[in-house]
Amino acid sequence: MSSNHSSASAILVTILVTMAPQLSAKVIDLCPTCTHSELSIALNHAHNKDTILITGGSYECKKLEIAKSITIIGRQRPHIVSADGDEIFVVTADSVRIIGLFLSGVVTNYLKENAAIRIRRSKHFELIGNTIQDCFFGIYLEHAKQGILRNNSIEGAATTELESGNAIHAWYCDSLIVEENYVSKHRDGIYLEFVNNSLIAKNTSKANTRYGLHFMFSNDDKYLENTFTDNGVGVAVMFSSRIQMTYNEFSFNWGRSAYGLLLKEMNDANIAHNSFYQNTIGIFVEGSNRINYTENTFSRNGWAIKFSGGCSANEITRNNFVQNSLDLIVGSSISDNRFHHNFWSSYTGYDLDKDQIGDVPHYPVKLFSYVLDQVPEAIVLMRSLFVDILNFAEKVSPIFTPKEVLDPTPLMNRLP
Amino acid sequence: MGKIFKYTFYDLVRNRWMIFYTSFFLMLTSALLLISPDLAKVAISLSNITVILTPLVGILFGVMYYYGSTDYIQFLLAQPISRRSIFAGMYTGMAASLSGSLILGIGLPMIPYGILTSPALGTLLIVLFMAVTLSIIFSLLAFLIAMRAKNKIRGFGIAIFSWLFFALIYDGIFLLLLLLFKDYPIENLTLGLISFNPIDLARILTLLKLDMSAMMGYTGAVLQKFFGTSQGSIIIVSILFLWVLVPYLLIMRMAHKKDF
Amino acid sequence: MIQVQQLCKSYRTNDVLSNLDIAFQHEGITAILGPNGSGKTTLLKCMLGMVLPDSGDIRINGSSILHKYNYRDQVCHVPQTPHFPENLTGHELIQMVRDLRSGVTRENDLIQLFNLKHELDKKMSRLSGGNLQKLNLLLGLLYDCPLIILDEPSTGLDPLSLQNLKAWLLQERDHGKLILFTTHIMSFVEDIADHIIFLLDGTIYFNGQLQELLRHEQEEKLERAIANILKPAL
Repeated sequence: MSSNHSSASAILVTILVTMAPQLSAKVIDLCPTCTHSELSIALNHAHNKDTILITGGSYECKKLEIAKSITIIGRQRPHIVSADGDEIFVVTADSVRIIGLFLSGVVTNYLKENAAIRIRRSKHFELIGNTIQDCFFGIYLEHAKQGILRNNSIEGAATTELESGNAIHAWYCDSLIVEENYVSKHRDGIYLEFVNNSLIAKNTSKANTRYGLHFMFSNDDKYLENTFTDNGVGVAVMFSSRIQMTYNEFSFNWGRSAYGLLLKEMNDANIAHNSFYQNTIGIFVEGSNRINYTENTFSRNGWAIKFSGGCSANEITRNNFVQNSLDLIVGSSISDNRFHHNFWSSYTGYDLDKDQIGDVPHYPVKLFSYVLDQVPEAIVLMRSLFVDILNFAEKVSPIFTPKEVLDPTPLMNRLP
Repeated sequence: MGKIFKYTFYDLVRNRWMIFYTSFFLMLTSALLLISPDLAKVAISLSNITVILTPLVGILFGVMYYYGSTDYIQFLLAQPISRRSIFAGMYTGMAASLSGSLILGIGLPMIPYGILTSPALGTLLIVLFMAVTLSIIFSLLAFLIAMRAKNKIRGFGIAIFSWLFFALIYDGIFLLLLLLFKDYPIENLTLGLISFNPIDLARILTLLKLDMSAMMGYTGAVLQKFFGTSQGSIIIVSILFLWVLVPYLLIMRMAHKKDF
Repeated sequence: MIQVQQLCKSYRTNDVLSNLDIAFQHEGITAILGPNGSGKTTLLKCMLGMVLPDSGDIRINGSSILHKYNYRDQVCHVPQTPHFPENLTGHELIQMVRDLRSGVTRENDLIQLFNLKHELDKKMSRLSGGNLQKLNLLLGLLYDCPLIILDEPSTGLDPLSLQNLKAWLLQERDHGKLILFTTHIMSFVEDIADHIIFLLDGTIYFNGQLQELLRHEQEEKLERAIANILKPAL
């Protein structure tokens, strides 16, 4: 990861430094043996469009407000340490770029959400290739627009939810691009609240104590090719509309209330081509309508999908359900959801006319799912002869399980 | 004991039921491998079958073998050897041939499919461990039943009921209790109930190793801790060991006191 | 040599043996007779340690045999025609007995005596009843023991083999052995027994020489004498 960062920032440094004179802006050098060896003084000398080029070294500093449109570039990974545990950079100007720095030393504070970099009410910022180690919050965006967060590595040391903040935290933002970041061991990997029209892509969010990704009241966003793995609870997305989630991976989220993806009060979303692997619950859906679940693969989860109250007009098509302990559990108040053309590894029907579609419908809800919903401890009876007989009897003449939840056209072979 | 073991084993490897049992597993495993050459999947299918079948065969074969051997036991009792060595030798001979049948019948067809170097080897070993342990426990119960019940019909009846009880009825009562007391903390009750049924123990052990740790986590903290760590497996294996040890000691005690 | 002292055994409420006292001091052949359920087999099983008495003691050469097994090195036993493990051959059974005991075996003499040469390669499940009994005798008499106990040894034997068995037992007696047997064939008793113990309802009805019994019952044939004894009981 870090070698990636340094090579990427080295290229950027070269480009930006060679371009600098033509922009009639100056470059201020900062290094332990340079004229300037203190960041705050260098900052005072800089004007709009200037570049501060920091080469190596370690710098202690107190909270620095960046109110000019400047570029700060780190070469040979200069280390900026918060001297008093407070925030390091607070950006209030537009078009600020912070590139290739190594930040640390922002301590946990229960009164203020201190972050290594805070962007406040500004636009066109770029935070690229920075490493933020063991800080309370990593990057904190408030009322920020049209900015880019790329290739940053933000790693905390959290073991409990309380002691740690979020790696990337955005509040009232618009048109952000968050891509190729690595966030780990914070409370939430990526946290978005009131963030619209943004792209979250190719990030890796791993081993955070709460959510890998957590957003709410954020509409029209796209989530592509991210990996969310081994997080305390999984990914939770709530109260948002018109979301696209495609080609993401949700894996290894285990625990009583853990799931790959929680959808709560989500409408008109498109969830496609994702992979859900070894989660207690693949997708937990609560009160979400008009969502298309297409070509996702659910494998070896406890439950692939759990629909809880008030879900309607959802379309579940062309998904793979492979070796999940239980494929589906459906609450009482759901209606008008369509399952068709899915592959179910638990399907036991036949295909006499060889059209690759099973000739009898598949009923994915088992009686035992209901029992488990009431008494989770009954899990220890899973796959026992008694439970198999119970499920079989229920399948033959359904009493407790809803007859209308069925896939009339189950596929005989797994989709690629 | 070693000598009795040897001759019992000699006798049983040529026993036609034992040959039938071995060929049954040979055919079953081969058939499953033909349907799907995925070794891990085949091992899981086999675990579902063996968890029910091995107790049944163990208990029926044990009862049948004991009743068929009453003359042989008397013959041995007239020899200058202790009762303990006779019963230990006969029992271990029988358990060894049952286990041999399983290991051969399940393991052999998998070798051409490269099980020995496959990552599914661990799964297979657990399935075999479970099958062998259940065979041992239920053939021990069979000896206990047959030594107690002189009447063969009665003995077979008790044996079949015992199997039915552990394989089916017990879990029904188990589920009923869980549903009845669902509003109370029932985690320790659950753990306790598991311990009294070797079939449940073996089934859970395989579930834990195969794909279930995630779902076990859905239950409360006690079960989660129990099943989520290797502690659970160790405890289950220990209780299974008790399930072998206690009936074995009972048989030895009965052998010491019984009239033949 | 053997002392049976105050031996009691009951199964549930049924007293099989009550306060039995017998002493076998010398060598010789003793027939233990009695109707069905009189306790003959239980007595022999007590001596072999198969049945544990409720009270009383059995001593062989002065020491108690209860809960012991090493003394059986000195005891040869021929059970009632047993079912041996059906997939073992005669050779394997002989080998097994040799594994379990020590001493000199008389295997070749006995194979010849009962003409078993061609039967020993067969599995038990393929032997005829008579040959099974002959093999049973062979296994029981294989070792040279001072005490021989036979339970219904004549069952299923052809006349020639029966004659050979009698000759063998008489020869063993002449070597100074104590032989106990039960049978329902009275001519067999008349031919070889020196001594008769007659059990009735778990107690000794008669213990003495064959001739004494005949004189006592004023009969010439043992069969009729026994029948006389049993009549009032019925």
